[in-house]
Amino acid sequence: MIRFEDVSVTYDGATSPVLAHVDLHVPEGELVLVVGRTGTGKSTLLRCVNGLVPHFTGGTLSGRVLVAGRDTRLHPPRELADVVGVVPQDPLSGFVTDMVEDELAYGMESIGLAPDVMRRRVEETLDLLGLADLRHRPLLSLSGGQRQRVAIGAVLTTHPQVLVLDEPTSALDPGAAEEVLAALQRLVHDLGVTVLLAEHRLERVVQYADRVVVVPGDGEPLVVGSPADVMVSAPVAPPVVELGRLAGWSPLPLTVRDARRAAGPLRERLAPLADEAARRTRSTLHVVAGEPALALGDVVVRHGPVVALRGVTLAADRGEIVAVMGRNGAGKSTLLNTLVGLHTPQSGSVAVVGAAPAGLRGRDLVRRVGLVPQEPTDLLVADRVGEECASSDRDCGAAAGTTRAVLDRLAPGIQDATHPRDLSEGQRLALALSVVLAAEPPVLLLDEPTRGLDYAAKQRLVATLRELSAAGHCVLLATHDVELAAEVATRVVVLADGEVVADGPATDVVVGSPMFAPQVSKVLSPQPWLTVSEVAAALVAAS
Amino acid sequence: MTRRTAHALGDRALPRWTHPVAWWVWALGLATAASRTTSPLVLALVIAVAGWVVSRRKPDAPWSRSYAVFLRLGVVVIAIRVGFTVVLGTGVGEHVLVTLPEVPLPDWMAGVSLGGPVTAEEVLLAAYQGLVLATMLACIGAANSLASPARLLASVPAALYEVGVAVVVAMTFAPQLVGDVDRVRTARRLRGRPDRGARAFLGSVMPVLEGALERAVDLAAAMDSRGYGRTGPVSRGVRRAGSGLLLLGVVGVCLGVYALLDGGTPGAVGLPLLALGAVAGVAGLRLAGRRAVRTRYRPDPWALPEWLVALSGVVPAVTLVVVSVLDPASLVGATAPLAWPGLPVVPAAAVAVAALAGVVAPRPPGITVVRAADPHPASRPEPQEVAA
Repeated sequence: MIRFEDVSVTYDGATSPVLAHVDLHVPEGELVLVVGRTGTGKSTLLRCVNGLVPHFTGGTLSGRVLVAGRDTRLHPPRELADVVGVVPQDPLSGFVTDMVEDELAYGMESIGLAPDVMRRRVEETLDLLGLADLRHRPLLSLSGGQRQRVAIGAVLTTHPQVLVLDEPTSALDPGAAEEVLAALQRLVHDLGVTVLLAEHRLERVVQYADRVVVVPGDGEPLVVGSPADVMVSAPVAPPVVELGRLAGWSPLPLTVRDARRAAGPLRERLAPLADEAARRTRSTLHVVAGEPALALGDVVVRHGPVVALRGVTLAADRGEIVAVMGRNGAGKSTLLNTLVGLHTPQSGSVAVVGAAPAGLRGRDLVRRVGLVPQEPTDLLVADRVGEECASSDRDCGAAAGTTRAVLDRLAPGIQDATHPRDLSEGQRLALALSVVLAAEPPVLLLDEPTRGLDYAAKQRLVATLRELSAAGHCVLLATHDVELAAEVATRVVVLADGEVVADGPATDVVVGSPMFAPQVSKVLSPQPWLTVSEVAAALVAAS
Repeated sequence: MTRRTAHALGDRALPRWTHPVAWWVWALGLATAASRTTSPLVLALVIAVAGWVVSRRKPDAPWSRSYAVFLRLGVVVIAIRVGFTVVLGTGVGEHVLVTLPEVPLPDWMAGVSLGGPVTAEEVLLAAYQGLVLATMLACIGAANSLASPARLLASVPAALYEVGVAVVVAMTFAPQLVGDVDRVRTARRLRGRPDRGARAFLGSVMPVLEGALERAVDLAAAMDSRGYGRTGPVSRGVRRAGSGLLLLGVVGVCLGVYALLDGGTPGAVGLPLLALGAVAGVAGLRLAGRRAVRTRYRPDPWALPEWLVALSGVVPAVTLVVVSVLDPASLVGATAPLAWPGLPVVPAAAVAVAALAGVVAPRPPGITVVRAADPHPASRPEPQEVAA
């Protein structure tokens, strides 16, 4: 269905090719997962399939790409619209109309299908993706998972034989991600659509893939194989696979269910160690007694008619790492924004290091509390890393070189002359974090910090957060990433519909929760293990 | 929807969108009628009829609140018109209301007087003239409330489709731009920089524009991938003839409409120009449309209700144009000498016909308007992995 023949891509102005001599054949009806670190050319590979590279992006493509027998050199993207459906990374950026039903019809209108065909296909697609209730809704009012499904539906109505998706679940909470993946699964099984899918969150998708393509970057050849084979040696792997490696299971399990069936002996070995481990985890807290770093008392925040927070009471001490979880729209971002004074509560009290943040401005604010927003680039203003660091020092009144020193500690080796856009996701997060940390705020807030991070970058973030906690910072992170929460959080707060529904140590809250339990916990429950490293440490200590 | 159900009238019809073009014809008809009279009672009747129809047939959608906005705009227009007369008026008329202190002006401004006596006659005349504009604004507002702008653009001919898309995209970009401004202001606050005032505004212009540009590129890629701009094979001659005729048509229609609304030009000039422009335009659209392969999803039908709605707007327009030629005096709101305004029977009856639209048009379908629960949606455009 898709055939890459000796394909190399070099962008204008680049010295080395992004992809070099790629040969790849994807037969009809396969679901192929494309993995690799940020910046290795995954997106380029995907965009080659419908000719956006090079027709739209520019650059030079040698070799050829055949899709359903059509050569992308001769067919621009619009001529391939009836064969390849491309779902962009951010669905909202690809929407052309404003209503769900019109959006589904747009592609068909463009290729000129007959009205009765269009009518039938829109209805079929609404059913297939479970969108029937949303047909008359404005696109802007949809949740993230709904948007993603509409975006898939919108390309599906032209009956493409190939579907290309770039990180379809990275912005979604676990529930919405399940929705989207279930829909994809149905397309592959019932319609025989060939799917090419890039995703960082392997733990969510690897079990659905027929084959995995690893893009190593730097012009190295692709690694192609079945998921189990590739996962044995892949540098990036979901926790369930790492647990399998640790326990030496063969064949390597890819799903929680397979792992659970293999985990009987391991559970027996771990049973006597569980209590000890739980005690040790709690004793590693660096909680500093005294005045809480942040305190919310019965806070109500409204956006017009929508109540975002209804009576939230929460306090956190220095040294704590609190993970705030909950589905999209549960009030996580509002909570964080209230803590930096972006929203003034309608009632209730907010105190950050003893002051109400809504009344603070400038340095008074940044010396108390720092927030790294969902999109770290929002925080960056300069064209070069060096200027960014210098302007950050001026903003918060720190000694020259402070930000740079923090950055060198978090992510060594970034050149002063680099444009922030050319950094990898992890480096960009590190830069934004340094800008915030230069003011040395006792309270640090992070909104979805792991979005778009690969596993290596995530490990570095985990280490950084632990250091900050040890140094007496109070860290509050809003996240969908259950694995991250399991790894670093000393406490988990679950929000639903603007209310706190659970608040306690990570082990108590996430173990046994079907939505928020990390994979290791699902495999080893009812024992309170959360991460592979915990298990590994316990086994080492026991032997 | 079958032809038969589409023909059902008013409340007996199934809820559906009335063709947006029908509403615009109706509203422009009323506006044309309003432009031909200064009789305050007729004008008030036009506003009342438009308001009644809006209240009966406006859908529950964000864009359907524009009638009230346009009414307020109309009040402002009247106030400005009267204000100018009070300050700059010449004091023609017998009934002096108040005498303002006169400001002496230099010789080269002869003919303009600042202050001086203000007469009831001139104030009333100004108010009537302002009311004409306000009434026309109300008609436009009514059309805006009744017909969804997106659906109107969807019914533009295939040849103008590209232009239509540009407008739709611009409309969806506006709210996103507001979101961007918010985001940048937030970031400035988080950096400890001033987030209010002129400096903050200047500092946020660049990032906002950058964001908009990035989104535009993303959208262009998405549209290209979805088949935007696929064209059928058409010879160059046909294409040029199409464009030429289209241009001619637009110029003709513009001149014709101007001549008709102006009132100073005889109708004998305006009507033929309008007709000629329309013919050229339609021919041009037909030719140019051959190039597009597009089809329309669920187009709004043009059935009996649409004919009646359009007709009920055309009747007052034609009646008032005819009356203004035959009996112009009956349409003038009396100001000198001052008198209670009369209600000319024939024009009033013609305007009342427009109310028929509120009865014959089908009810709009209920659309769900849900405000986004999360003002900062989780998904944001991400920078591409490789800067192209």
